[in-house]
Amino acid sequence: MNKRFGKYGGQFVPETVMPALMELEQAFAQYKDDADFLAEFKTYLQKYAGRPTLLYFAENLTAHYGKAKIYLKREDLLHTGAHKINNALGQALLAKRMGKRRVIAETGAGQHGVATATVAALFGMDCKIFMGVEDIERQKLNVFRMKLLGAEVVPVTCGTGTLKDATSEAIRYWSTNITDTYYIIGSVVGPAPYPEIVRDFQKCIGVELREQALNEFGKLPDYIVACVGGGSNAMGIFYDFKDEAAVKKFGVEAGGRGEDTGDNAKTLSGAGRPGILHGAYSYLLQTPQGQVVEAYSVSAGLDYPGVGPEHSYFKDAGVVNYVAATDAEALAAFQLLAKTEGIIPALESSHALAYLEKLMPNTAPNENVVVCLSGRGDKDVQSVAKILGEGVI
Amino acid sequence: MTRLEKKLADLKTAGRKGLFIYITAGTPTIDESLRATITAEKAGADVVEIGIPFSDPLADGAVIQASSVTALKNGITLEKILDMCKKIRAESDMPLIGMGYINNFMSYGYSGGSAAYDGFEKFIVDAKAAGMDGVIIPDVPHEESADMRAVCKKYSVHLTEFITPETTPERMKETCASASGFVYCVSNTGTTGVKKIDYSRINAKILDARKFTDVPMAVGFGIGSGEVAVQAAQNSDAVIVGSAVVKLLHAGKFDDAMNLIKEIRAALDKNFNK
Repeated sequence: MNKRFGKYGGQFVPETVMPALMELEQAFAQYKDDADFLAEFKTYLQKYAGRPTLLYFAENLTAHYGKAKIYLKREDLLHTGAHKINNALGQALLAKRMGKRRVIAETGAGQHGVATATVAALFGMDCKIFMGVEDIERQKLNVFRMKLLGAEVVPVTCGTGTLKDATSEAIRYWSTNITDTYYIIGSVVGPAPYPEIVRDFQKCIGVELREQALNEFGKLPDYIVACVGGGSNAMGIFYDFKDEAAVKKFGVEAGGRGEDTGDNAKTLSGAGRPGILHGAYSYLLQTPQGQVVEAYSVSAGLDYPGVGPEHSYFKDAGVVNYVAATDAEALAAFQLLAKTEGIIPALESSHALAYLEKLMPNTAPNENVVVCLSGRGDKDVQSVAKILGEGVI
Repeated sequence: MTRLEKKLADLKTAGRKGLFIYITAGTPTIDESLRATITAEKAGADVVEIGIPFSDPLADGAVIQASSVTALKNGITLEKILDMCKKIRAESDMPLIGMGYINNFMSYGYSGGSAAYDGFEKFIVDAKAAGMDGVIIPDVPHEESADMRAVCKKYSVHLTEFITPETTPERMKETCASASGFVYCVSNTGTTGVKKIDYSRINAKILDARKFTDVPMAVGFGIGSGEVAVQAAQNSDAVIVGSAVVKLLHAGKFDDAMNLIKEIRAALDKNFNK
């Protein structure tokens, strides 16, 4: 199995984790092209998660900009409200085939935790979700959802108590309990073979889009825009188009409080340089001494200081353009989509929508733009209300 | 022969078990960690592993994580750690091993820009000059270490290989073939820290590993008392004590830390002296 994307990726993990990675590699190699496995995965995607998702023509938003036609790939309509369920289902099915009775996961905003708790409930597996204490405080509703689904939420106090620390703690737990535990990583990050596994379970987004685009407007999209934290929804929608240079791809990172503040998550589009975190060599926000810097974004799903290694490869190879949108721009896009289309997007996806402000003026009316609407915004309305000074609850 | 090889050979000749003590550089202060290193030798340490603090130490349990947070707040850097080495060398010939995560080594000497930078070789050159005898990089398994092995070999600095109770015979053959200085025998699955461990599993693995290499074996993870050190030393050449000492040093209990080292030293000598 190829463990690298160009020079990025690899398996930079403690020796205690290696047996588990080798077992996982072997299982993935066995099942990734296995007809029975893929048929089972497809059935759950269709009957449980709700695939294929719609490619929706956003007529009002298109009129707002008055340029190219804007389409939304509606991952927000999936069960549990985001694309995360694709990967959670795929990995849980893999775990089942490997005979593991317990699944664990890390979560930041809680979306991946909810998706994992959901599939664990579905397949009757024990489930532990590692979540930073800061995030538990910020995302109480998702913590309760996970508990309702039967999962144990493990508070992580080490480091800064956020997503990167929850990821470290999940890896530590896994290294201690490798024989009966499967680690469902939530994005295209981590040691090989995880970035490849998560990409393979998310690439259905782009494969569907290709077919839908040909049916809807008779050609491939001219532009695809997706937000990037770890980068799983972006990888999912870009991957099938990676060799199509005519399809211009934009990965939008969290610009946070703006250029000069340092409070952002611009791993690829800002101050990141290649380094090693959580098992992979990839662009990383870090100090000159190589200490990992805490990322910041209004959106909890994007404030991760690393990024999937295949995105680093795509950046260097010029396959995808990596850009950023600030908190303020994302909040404006969040409200604009709600008002024009009656769709409340996740704050993460709002970053992709926000980039339309810069992209649309350069487009032509006969072109088509597809935005990956990776999740719905119900989880965010409380924090947005707080930011906008609305007194709810 | 390096300082480390000589020390381990002398111990073997004397029929004694080696005692490696891990001390986080920069905790509770940079000066105190320097004093701890020098005093540890007097208390009975044969080798000191200088812990290099990283923001995200994947292989470490709560105690070393906490000590790393303090050390980073105290402004510890690789440059300051090499200064510590030079100061230790002015007083002692004790072997010194740097234990740290790969991202810090790769960043050594970085001076700006977003291009890929790898300062590992520069670090090894400076570390050698400062008197460091080897490095342990817990997040670089054998599969990823070929380039680093070549660099370390070039400058006669040891790069430590690992075995665990789960290591398969095929991998053990490979890792042992490139063993240098000593083999780090991880006693259990999971992270560093004092806990109850059945040492019979790693002790059995050590006998397997001896078929592939003559390089000395040191057992680490979980050792917090003389009694447990004796269990861990059954088949090995040395034991490694980290969290138990770091916890006391971090809490400012310097004398208690040194007394623990003395206790472990005495237990090993009592049980294994020829």
